[in-house]
Amino acid sequence: MAIGWYLVVSAMIFCIGVAGVLTRRNPMVILLCLELMLNAGNLALVAFSRMHGNQDGQVFALIVMVVAACEVTVGLGLIVALYRRRLPIDVDELNELHG
Amino acid sequence: MSAVLFFIAAIGAIAGAIGVVVLRNPFYSVLALVSHLISLAALFLLLRAEFVAAGQVVVYAGAVMVLYVFVVAYVGGGEDLPTGGGLRILGPVFALALAVELCIALLGTGLKGISQKGAPYVAGFGSPEAIGKELLTKFLFPFEVASLLLLVAAIGAVVLARRRKGLEGDDEFLKTVHTPRSLFTGTMAEGVGVRTAPRGGED
Amino acid sequence: MAPATFGWFVLLCPLVGTAVIGLLYNRLPGKTAGYIGTAAIALAFLCSFGALLTLLHHAPEHRQVSSAIWDYAVTTGVDAKLQILVDPLSVFMILVVTGVSTMIHLYSVGYLYSDRGYSRYFAYLNFFVFSMLLLVLAGNFLLLIVGWAFVGAASYLLISFWYRRNTATKAGIKAFVINVVGDIGLVLGTFFLLKHTGTVDLLKTFKAVDAHTVFAHRNDGDLVAACVLLLVGAFAKSAQVPLHTWLPDAMEGPTPVSALIHAATMVTAGVYLIARMHPLFEQAPAAADVGMIGGCVTLLVAATIGLVVTDVKRVIAYSTMSQIGYMIMGVSAGAYSAGLFHLMTHAFFKALLFMAAGSLIGAMAGDQSLDRMSGFRKAMPFTFGCFIVGGLALAGLPPFSGWLSKDDIIAFLNHRGGGFEVLGVLGYVGALMTGIYTFRMIFRAFLGEPCPEASELEHGHLAHAEVPRNPMTGEEEDTDVGFPGPEHHIAEQAPEMKVAMSALAVGAVVAGLLQVPGVDHVVTKFLDPTFADSRLASHEPSNSSAWIGLVIGAVIAVCGIAVAYRIWVAKPGTATAIRARLGAVHNFLAHKWYFDELIDVVFVRPALWVGRLAESVFERVLVAEVITGGTVGIVRAGSAIVRRAQTGLLRYYAASLIVGLGAIALYYLVSSS
Repeated sequence: MAIGWYLVVSAMIFCIGVAGVLTRRNPMVILLCLELMLNAGNLALVAFSRMHGNQDGQVFALIVMVVAACEVTVGLGLIVALYRRRLPIDVDELNELHG
Repeated sequence: MSAVLFFIAAIGAIAGAIGVVVLRNPFYSVLALVSHLISLAALFLLLRAEFVAAGQVVVYAGAVMVLYVFVVAYVGGGEDLPTGGGLRILGPVFALALAVELCIALLGTGLKGISQKGAPYVAGFGSPEAIGKELLTKFLFPFEVASLLLLVAAIGAVVLARRRKGLEGDDEFLKTVHTPRSLFTGTMAEGVGVRTAPRGGED
Repeated sequence: MAPATFGWFVLLCPLVGTAVIGLLYNRLPGKTAGYIGTAAIALAFLCSFGALLTLLHHAPEHRQVSSAIWDYAVTTGVDAKLQILVDPLSVFMILVVTGVSTMIHLYSVGYLYSDRGYSRYFAYLNFFVFSMLLLVLAGNFLLLIVGWAFVGAASYLLISFWYRRNTATKAGIKAFVINVVGDIGLVLGTFFLLKHTGTVDLLKTFKAVDAHTVFAHRNDGDLVAACVLLLVGAFAKSAQVPLHTWLPDAMEGPTPVSALIHAATMVTAGVYLIARMHPLFEQAPAAADVGMIGGCVTLLVAATIGLVVTDVKRVIAYSTMSQIGYMIMGVSAGAYSAGLFHLMTHAFFKALLFMAAGSLIGAMAGDQSLDRMSGFRKAMPFTFGCFIVGGLALAGLPPFSGWLSKDDIIAFLNHRGGGFEVLGVLGYVGALMTGIYTFRMIFRAFLGEPCPEASELEHGHLAHAEVPRNPMTGEEEDTDVGFPGPEHHIAEQAPEMKVAMSALAVGAVVAGLLQVPGVDHVVTKFLDPTFADSRLASHEPSNSSAWIGLVIGAVIAVCGIAVAYRIWVAKPGTATAIRARLGAVHNFLAHKWYFDELIDVVFVRPALWVGRLAESVFERVLVAEVITGGTVGIVRAGSAIVRRAQTGLLRYYAASLIVGLGAIALYYLVSSS
C-alpha cells in the first residue's frame, strides 16, 4: 500500500482522539484518548521511516512510547491521589485554577 | 495480500479508537484501546517495523495498559457522566474539521513521496540490530535523556500516590494543605492602626 | 593688597560671623554673640576702608576693578563667574553699609539683651549684611540676583524674628511675596539683556550698550522692557508705589532691624540698582521717566500718610518711603552723586531716628502708639536730643546733612528744566510735609504733660507692663523664645546704645560737609569714574542756582516745623478740629490710600478663587476621577474581559488548543498551495 494510506489512517485516529479529549469528562478516559493521539503520531512516524528507508522514524517512535509511558504513570498517579482525597473524578468539577 | 491485511488492521484500529471514545464504562474503553494497540502493531509489521511492533505489544499493550487496568480497578468506573456544554457538539465538529484539513493536506497537495510504497527494502530494515545501532550511535543522547525521564516519572508517581498514614480523614488533609495565614501582613495601614490585620486561618 | 582682595575680605567677614554665631548659637553666654557679630562687621568696615585707600592709589581711569575667583559656568553664550566689581560706587556703598551696620549691631547688643533669641538675631543680622554686601559688590548679574534674593530672605527672617506673633509672621510673608515679585522683574530684565549682549558681566554689558552695538536706537523696545523690569525689581525692594505695602507692616520686626534693613540698607538697593545700571537707563529714557514718576508719586503719597499714622515706627517708615522716593527720582533723572549722597546722609539720620524710637518704645514698655506718649523731654534727654538731631536732618534744616543732600537732588531736577521742574516743585511740597510729620511726631512724644511712664522714668524707674502684649493688636503674650524678652532697654541706661546713637548723630550733623556746592565736591569727584560715561551726570547745576535751591529748601523746612509747632504745641486742639472738618480725607489717609484693599481685590482674591476652582473642579473631578479613575476603570474592564477566557475547565483549554492548531495548519495549507 502506498504510504499515503497509512498517513490517512493516522490522521483519522488522531482526530478521533481529539474528539475524545474534547467530549469526555472522566480524566482517565481523557488520558486514554491522549494515548490514541500519541499512537497516531507513532504510526505516521513509522510510515515515514518506511518511506525514507532509514530507521530514524522508528527510533523516534520508540522514544515517543517511552514518553507516553511516563506521562501515563504520572497522570494515573494524579488520579489515584485525587481519588484518595475524595475529590470528584471529573474535569468539569476540578476548575479552581481560573481567572 | 498485504492490502487485505492493511484494511483489516486499519479497520480494527479505527474501531478500537471509536470504542475508546464512545464507550461509557472506562474499563471497556481500556479494552478498546488494547485492541487498537494490537491492530496498530499489525500495521507496524506491514510497514516492516518489526522491533517497533514488538515493542508496541510488549511495552504499550503489555505494561502501560496493565497499569491502566489496575488503576481503573482501584478508582472504579465512575458514573456515566454526560458531556456538558457546547463542547458536546463542537468537540466532534472541531475534530472533523481537523480531520478534513489533514486529509486535504495529505492527499490534495500533490506530495509525491507518499504516493509510492516507500524506499526499496534492505535486509535488516527495522530489525533490532538496526534499531540498536541507531540508538547507540546517532540517537545516544535522546536515549539517555529518555532513561532519565523514566526515572523522574517513576519517582513522581511514587510521590504522588503514596500514603501518609493510612487512609486519613478530610480534616487532617485539609490541615496539611492549608498553610496558616499570617496575623500581620505588614501594610502601613496596619502598622498605624487604621486597618486591622486579616484574621488567620480564614479562607 | 589690591582693592579686589579687600573686597573679598569684606564679603568674608560677615559670612564667617554668621557661621560662627549660627553654629555655636546655644553655647554663647551673655552678650558674646552680639560682640562677635559687631566685631565681624567692624572688621568688614576696616576692610572697606582699605579698599577705599587702595582704590584711590589707582589712576581715575583704572578705578573699576573686576575680580573673579571661580568660573561657575563659562561657555558660549554665558559667562557666569563668582565675580566682584570694586569701583567707586561699590566702595561708597560698602562703606555706608558696613559703617551704619556696625553702629546698629552695637545698638542691638544692648537693645535686645534679654531676648531669648539673641544669638539667632545676630546670626541673621550678619547674614543680612553679607547679602547686602554681595548685592553691592556683585560684578555680574548672577551674583547681583543672588545677593538680591538673599537680602529678601534675610529681611523675611528678621521681620518675623518674633515668630510666635501672628502679625509678625504675616508681615514677613507679605514682605517676601512682594519682594519675589521684584525678583521676577529683576531676573526677567536680566534675561532681556542677556538675549542681546550675550554676557552677564556688568562692565562688559555696559561697554556693549554704550557702544551702541547691541541696541540699535534709543528707546529700543527690548531695552525699555529690560529697564522697566529692572525698575519693578527696584520698586519692590525699595518700597515704592505700587509695591510698597510691605514696608509699614515690616515694622513688626525689632527696631534695630527696621533701622538697618528698612531705612539704611536694603531699601536703598533699588537706588543702587538704578545708579549702577545708568548706561541702560540713559539709553532708554522712557524707562527712566517711569522711574522718576514712580519716585515722585511715592514721595507724595508716603508723606501724606505720614501725617496721620499714630504708630511712631510707622511714621518713620513712611518717611523712609518718601525719602527713597527722592533718591529714586534723583538717580532716574541723572542726579547720581546727589542721589547717592542723600542715600548716605539718610542712612545716618534715619537709622538714628529708628534707634531713638527704639529707646522711646523701651521707655513705654513696648507700646508704640503716639496717642499714649507725651512729655518725655525731661525723662529722656539723650533720646530727645537724638530725635531733634535726626528730625532736623530729615526736615532739611541747615547746617544738617539732610538739607544739603535733599536739596542737591531738587536743584539738579530744576536745572534740567522742562517737565523736570514740576518734579522739583513737587519735591519741595514733599519737603514741607516732611517737616510737618517729623516734628508732629517729636512734639507729640516729647512735649506736653508727661504720661504715666514718663513720670515714672523721671523718678528713675523704668516702666514695665504687667502682661506683655502685642503692640498692634493688644493680644497677650509671654516672654519666651519667639516673643520679645522681658526687659526693655533705653539709651540713657545702656551704654552700647548711647555710643551707637552718638556716632550716628555726629554723622547726621557733619556728613553734609562732604558736598557743599561751590566749596567741595567730594562725593561727586569720588564717584566720577563710575559715571564718566553718563551724559546726564555732567549737567551739574551752577553754584548760584544750587545755593538758591538750598535757601528755598531751608525756608520750607522752617515753615514745616513752624506749622507742626502751631498745630501740636501752641494750640493743642487744632489737630482734632482739622480732623473733624476733613474727616473723609483723614479716613482716606489713615487707610493708606486703600492700597492694601486694592491689591487684595485685584490680585489676592482672584488668585484664591482660581486656586479653589482648581482644587474642586480640576483636581477632584478631572484628575482624580477622569484621568486616574478613568484609566484605572478602562484597565479593569479590559482585564475583566480577558479574564473570561480562563474558565478553569480543562476541556475548553483543550478545545482552544485544537482550534489554534487547526488554524495554523490551515494557514500553511493555504499559503503553500
